[in-house]
Amino acid sequence: MFGLTKTDFNLLLIIAILVLLAPFLLNPFPEGSKLAQFNGGYPDLMQRFVIFGIFAIGFNILFGLTGYLSFGHAAFLGVGSYSAVWMFKLLSMNIIPAILLAVIVAGIFALVIGYVSLRRSGIYFSILTLAFAQMSFALAYSVLTPITGGETGLQLALDDPRVLGIQVTEQGNIPVPSLFGLEMRSSAELALGPWLFTFNVGYYVCALIMMASFYLAIRIFRSPFGMMLRAIKSNQQRLNYTGLNSRPYTLAAFVISGMYAGLAGGLMASMDPLAGAERMFWTASGEVVLMTILGGAGTLIGPVLGAGMIKYMENIISKINSAILHEWFYWLPAGLEDFMVAVVYPFIGKGWHLTLGIIFMAVVIFLPGGLVEGGQRLLNLIRRRKSSSAEPAKDNLTPPA
Amino acid sequence: MDAIILQIMNGLDKGSAYALIALGLTLIFGTLGVVNFAHGALFMIGAFCAVTLSRLLTLSHEVIDETRTDFLGNPLKVDVPYLYDFFGTDVGNVLIDWSVPLSIIFAFPIMIAFGVIMERGLIKHFYKRPHADQILVTFGLAIVLQEVIKYFFGANPIPTPAPAAFVGSFDFGALLGFNANQIIYPYWRLVYFLFAIIVIGVVFAFLHLTTFGMVVRAGMADRETVGLLGINIDRRFTIMFGLAAAVAGLAGVMYTPINSPNYHMGMDFLVLSFVVVVVGGMGSLSGAVLAGFLLGILQSFASMAIVIEMIPGINQVIIYLVAIIILLTRPRGLMGKKGVMEE
Amino acid sequence: MTKSHVTRRGILKSGTVAGAGLAVPTIFSATDASAFTNEPTGDSVVLGFNVPQTGPYADEGADELRAYELAVEHLNGEGDGGMMSTFSSKALSGNGILGKKVTYVTGDTQTKSDAARASAKSMIEKDGAIMITGGSSSGVAVAVQALCQEAGIIFMAGLTHSNDTTGKDKRANGFRHFFNSYMSGAALAPVLSAAYGNDRKAYHLTADYNWGYTTEEAITSSTEALGWETVNAVKTPLTETDFSAYIAPVLQSGADVLVLNHYGGNMVNSLTNAVQFGLRDKQVNGKNFEVVVPLYSRLMAKGAGANVKGIFGSTNWHWSLSDAGSQAFVKSFGTKYGFPPSQAAHTCYVQAILYADAVQRAGSFNPCAVVEALEGFEFDGMGNGPTLYRADDHQCFKDVLVVKGKENPSSEFDLLEIVEVTPVDQVIYPPDHPQFAGGALGTCNPGA
Repeated sequence: MFGLTKTDFNLLLIIAILVLLAPFLLNPFPEGSKLAQFNGGYPDLMQRFVIFGIFAIGFNILFGLTGYLSFGHAAFLGVGSYSAVWMFKLLSMNIIPAILLAVIVAGIFALVIGYVSLRRSGIYFSILTLAFAQMSFALAYSVLTPITGGETGLQLALDDPRVLGIQVTEQGNIPVPSLFGLEMRSSAELALGPWLFTFNVGYYVCALIMMASFYLAIRIFRSPFGMMLRAIKSNQQRLNYTGLNSRPYTLAAFVISGMYAGLAGGLMASMDPLAGAERMFWTASGEVVLMTILGGAGTLIGPVLGAGMIKYMENIISKINSAILHEWFYWLPAGLEDFMVAVVYPFIGKGWHLTLGIIFMAVVIFLPGGLVEGGQRLLNLIRRRKSSSAEPAKDNLTPPA
Repeated sequence: MDAIILQIMNGLDKGSAYALIALGLTLIFGTLGVVNFAHGALFMIGAFCAVTLSRLLTLSHEVIDETRTDFLGNPLKVDVPYLYDFFGTDVGNVLIDWSVPLSIIFAFPIMIAFGVIMERGLIKHFYKRPHADQILVTFGLAIVLQEVIKYFFGANPIPTPAPAAFVGSFDFGALLGFNANQIIYPYWRLVYFLFAIIVIGVVFAFLHLTTFGMVVRAGMADRETVGLLGINIDRRFTIMFGLAAAVAGLAGVMYTPINSPNYHMGMDFLVLSFVVVVVGGMGSLSGAVLAGFLLGILQSFASMAIVIEMIPGINQVIIYLVAIIILLTRPRGLMGKKGVMEE
Repeated sequence: MTKSHVTRRGILKSGTVAGAGLAVPTIFSATDASAFTNEPTGDSVVLGFNVPQTGPYADEGADELRAYELAVEHLNGEGDGGMMSTFSSKALSGNGILGKKVTYVTGDTQTKSDAARASAKSMIEKDGAIMITGGSSSGVAVAVQALCQEAGIIFMAGLTHSNDTTGKDKRANGFRHFFNSYMSGAALAPVLSAAYGNDRKAYHLTADYNWGYTTEEAITSSTEALGWETVNAVKTPLTETDFSAYIAPVLQSGADVLVLNHYGGNMVNSLTNAVQFGLRDKQVNGKNFEVVVPLYSRLMAKGAGANVKGIFGSTNWHWSLSDAGSQAFVKSFGTKYGFPPSQAAHTCYVQAILYADAVQRAGSFNPCAVVEALEGFEFDGMGNGPTLYRADDHQCFKDVLVVKGKENPSSEFDLLEIVEVTPVDQVIYPPDHPQFAGGALGTCNPGA
């Protein structure tokens, strides 16, 4: 279906179900319970999951297929955000033109940077992209302040022109981003007993776009173009000797993945109309690299998982404080309670970086293929259990030694 | 003219920090082929060796001074270092004053051991893994090291002054016949520059004048063949890793009086050190040193008020701009060797 | 779909609906019943403390958090009450806010506007916070303030010194107690000219971002008004750690004062470098060369060690102040944590108490009611003398401290000594002052 093989279609279906049911899946704990702290099903985090998912999918088209490791991809995300916010300032609060402009500008930006950087390969390519991104960050933070807002970021103001929309709402506020009047931030809620689930317009817009991006990524992975990219990864020299020029292919992959980043940036601005220069800092570029490797580079679903993992840590673990810990361990005897809190405390709240670092190391040491490999091992384990329990008689046939 | 001499001197000393860090990184990254994102953390650990030693030297017991009060109005507790009790105030003060240079002796074995443990315990298993995996594991390690330091020392910078003898600056311009105060240069930065030259010299001598170094260089060029000759190249690589860690660590120790160390100082230098190594050329030690000094000097020039006025923002991007130009005109950096990390 | 930006978490947490069970799911409930975002309906109210917990300002953030925890204790009637007993408004009685127990959630701004907004959003969307406060940089303050305006939440800024926070980026739902660049300039200039004379040539090094720009502008305009000359002003990158290349040419320029418009790590490094170059031992134009740091932070000054000795700067508050409010706060904080509070801790504590008091006086958590209660509010006993929350820009006007690095500190906290308490009349400015031009407050947004 949709020109996909059965496995790919199933993968898309799984993603679609996961994404559409995310408000349920991410809120497994009842409100007010001690574990509600771990619920991730609120609009902002869900939006971040899918937006960074798009970013990572796009990055994986370049890195997973061609093996070219770009260390400056955040620049495209940043450029996308800036273009989208400018669209909100000048044109209207409708997200469609903003996202379109974000994708186009990021694409042009990627074309220029890619054209130059792809003259080199390997580590030299990585450093070139890094250099471009760092230059973009440094300039956006300082001398380009009139265009980018600098330190405080580019934000909307009451006196922006917004020629096709309203300047100020009736209540005297800045209008919010919307899709033909449907506000991105509006939500509906479903209360099932003590559980509460939030369905947010912005999230579902992002989710639909993410599914489309994922579908497109599958098509690229399976297309002759994708095959060509893989060939570049496995042996570019041999490819060149056959008389094929690989540059246009890598450049196309670079631009596509830059456009994905721009799309993610545009969506970020649409969900929250502010663009800051830190989005282009090298750590942000590094983050998407880590997301992809953490999830499993070269796999379709891995980058999305990696993105989810890192964003979850950043937003959930960092919010646990000592007061909450004391609540968790209140049932222990006083001395033991303090001991447990003291043991766990370095890893939560302000120590969330430590937990993240440990997870990075653990994953790469024990699951060389990233989270995807972890999932596969788990599946295999379950299958083996099943098959071994189905044929218990077999074991009995072997005579005792 | 005086302004140019001044910036060259500044550049040399900025460059000596870059060169030292890049030298260590190029041993690991340019030659062993490991993308080591924890290299900045090694620099930071070195700096905190200096902090630790100065803390150890000032380990104190409290003496209550009834004549003064603290902020809550209670009698003031004054910390008296144990060193005063052991050696008297004078010797104690000298030891505390010289804690940064003393830290070199303290940090060297620690950094070697740290490097060896890191290589044996972790990096060894990643020689054959893709660069992506190396990035993830060393980045994870860098974060963990940072957070551990932050847990014990806090996030704020910690002042670690140079010995009193090196505080202040001398008038270099007067020597050259310029007016007073035209070219001044802090003593400690001069020390840092000389120290960097010595360390670089020692590393080069070690690699080029000893049999050990010769074997290691051969192993870098062709690991397999050297292994076939019956030489245990792995053990030598471990020692090289320890050496690289020590170079980074010592660079960190001596850097502490220039900038008060904090837990994320390594990350600040990480990207830059990669740029320096690659601009210098993969696999080339002299390239890394050359690129370090070159970028240091260029950055100093770009920081001149008159240059910023001509090209706004140039001081923000100069290093990256130069890196791009060099990589586009010289495919393997300044002195890169063919075939290193190009697959 | 219904249009609501309200979570019903408050309701559910209080347990009123918890018994409804699975049998009759209230599907797609429209929560338009509440008049404003996150209206607290149970017996408790949630405040959001959004401070840097990772990154270079983590220690400052930790101190802010301590102050907030102390404020929550005092609001709930625990502890010794701190500044609540010296506060001129007596609306608060130690039984929470409007009888609701104060609870809080914490988050990490990472000193990045994106992360700060994400953290604030999760507090609003997930935890049902009614007010967000904290932060340690102007970029974050401006970003979170704009978010709170959109969401219909009150924002009580923490440490933010840029003119823009209550200048071109001001918002109706945002309030700042901390002082700003203009006030630093206005307070510092007379002290500097008294100490160093009117005939001085200043060389500025300025952090290359918004806060740096406004501070440079404020200091140059106030010192030039007193006869100083600005020789040069050079921008330095935020990510710079070694300022030698910027400091070395200072002496050549003929300047005799160096002004470091740097904060945090930048300030520690540039000041350390300046002292390394021996600038302060030099004589230029027949005068002693001097260094000035417009905004001091004691926590950060510690990182510069002995280098701060004798260097002038300004600060919002200092623990050595002898008024009753400051004393009560220092005692309360010092007893609990064992060291004196920083200016960041002070401003955060005060902001939390001011918010609670405003709600109490307004008799409602509705942001618009709170805004009305805070606008034009005059109070005393919070450590800075009589203070006004000006209605035009939501900026507090109070005395500003000019401080100097202490020559003989008696402890690691005793780094600064107060040189002058500049009266509020000297630092006040009209709302349409050119340094604060542009932007509009807008109207309060209750959300929902």
